[in-house]
Amino acid sequence: MSWTIVLDEDLCQGHGVCESEAPDVFTVSRDGVLTILDTRPPDDLRGAVELAVRHCPTHAIRITEE
Amino acid sequence: MTTTGIPEVSGRSEEHGHLGELRTDPIGLLSRIREECGPVGSFDLAGRRVVVVTGADAVEWYFRAPEEALDQAEAYPFMTPIFGEGVVFDASPERRREMLHNQALRDRYMRGHAETISREVREMVADWEDLGSGRVDLLDFFAELTIYTSSSCLIGRRFRDSLDARFARLYHDLERGTDALAFVDPYADVESFHRRDASRVELVELVASIMEERLAGEPPGEDDRDLLDVLLSIRTEDGELQFDADVVTGMFIAMMFAGHHTTSTTAAWTLLELLRHPDQLRAVVEEQDALAADSPDLTYQALREMPLLESAIKEALRLHPPLILLLRVAKRDVEVLGHAIPAGDLVGASPAVSNRLPEAFADPDRFDLHRYLPPREEDLEHPWDWIPFGAGRHRCVGAAFAMMQLKSIFALLLTRFRFSLAQPSDTYRADHSKMVVQLAQPCEVDWEVR
Repeated sequence: MSWTIVLDEDLCQGHGVCESEAPDVFTVSRDGVLTILDTRPPDDLRGAVELAVRHCPTHAIRITEE
Repeated sequence: MTTTGIPEVSGRSEEHGHLGELRTDPIGLLSRIREECGPVGSFDLAGRRVVVVTGADAVEWYFRAPEEALDQAEAYPFMTPIFGEGVVFDASPERRREMLHNQALRDRYMRGHAETISREVREMVADWEDLGSGRVDLLDFFAELTIYTSSSCLIGRRFRDSLDARFARLYHDLERGTDALAFVDPYADVESFHRRDASRVELVELVASIMEERLAGEPPGEDDRDLLDVLLSIRTEDGELQFDADVVTGMFIAMMFAGHHTTSTTAAWTLLELLRHPDQLRAVVEEQDALAADSPDLTYQALREMPLLESAIKEALRLHPPLILLLRVAKRDVEVLGHAIPAGDLVGASPAVSNRLPEAFADPDRFDLHRYLPPREEDLEHPWDWIPFGAGRHRCVGAAFAMMQLKSIFALLLTRFRFSLAQPSDTYRADHSKMVVQLAQPCEVDWEVR
């Protein structure tokens, strides 16, 4: 079973908490725009991504299972 | 799909509709809208309709609506005389993103701010160790402390060092100038508006004198420059200052406004609610004592991991949200849950009502730290009901800063001092006569060195 990261662009404010938690997966540009570098990261990054989801101040990212 | 009209809450009076009730018992009014009208109801604000939405579905719609539908910039006329003409209350979501980066609110600047805040708290209580015990008014204490922390973190240390309690008093008078009467006339002939305007004049004079001192003195070293030095260095083609004292004061007032009364009031309620609930206070103090034993200098990492203190702050925010009614203006006809809202209506969400909905929060009027701990996590489970910071794209950009600041304050105060209520518990209450809600004075507590 694989998993995917989904971004809700309505909600993202570019705080950069996800980048702090999982820098291999998320990057926030100087003007605050989030890019997800890998929407289907390897399983060993799952823990870091879950922390990013959990601590996102605007609940803008989530994980879906497929 | 057909739409239906929006019910109006009872109690409209001839003159100014529900304005009178909004100025005396706003939470009573907002709660009654939910009871009588359901998730979409309305009241009359001096001839203008305000639609109030509550409950997760309507609130999610509210916070997701784009700027072109619900606009924040024109919704707060009572702020213009405080900030000054031309200093806008709100910023677009794009501008907010920039602010997060430029104004040092981003995650990576928090470490430095944590140290600044600890230093300011230590200075506020510098003579307490020698005094041994005493009594303090929580509004005066936290309002002054948060003037120092917000000016130091947002403008800079040099500017903060030229401020004293006088600046805090003047700033407080500005905050008191947020009477909802401003929806009728922001310059109406009432005491609080006169004091607001007089305070702003005094603040401009104070900032002007600081600017003159700087211009006359030695320029600071590169590392000591603060935002005021930067503004003073910007000149017109004729060599004149680009920003005069009036504009600079307006900018500083605006920068500090969102984070000042909100943090100050939340600090006071956190302490008061803990003192009202001794068992929960004991648990929080034990958590802090253990952390202090582990890491006396209070690392940034330690600040992030204080589940009980964080829960206490969240409960204070839930039960006593500093902003009880958030407002937007409908820029075009919109629709929510089958109700049509025409362009021009004000549309509001109410943290005071949403934060206590029994559908989302078990025993909603009870102060209970455990509702935030696993497995309950009621704030995460109900992100459109737990809205002390708003939600979505307009969510308070300073929320993380505020939480870190409040933790720093209490990590220090609770490990060094023991507090107790100095008044009967039910005499601590909020003053709802202004849109900026603060504690009614007196609100004193006793303290002693542990």
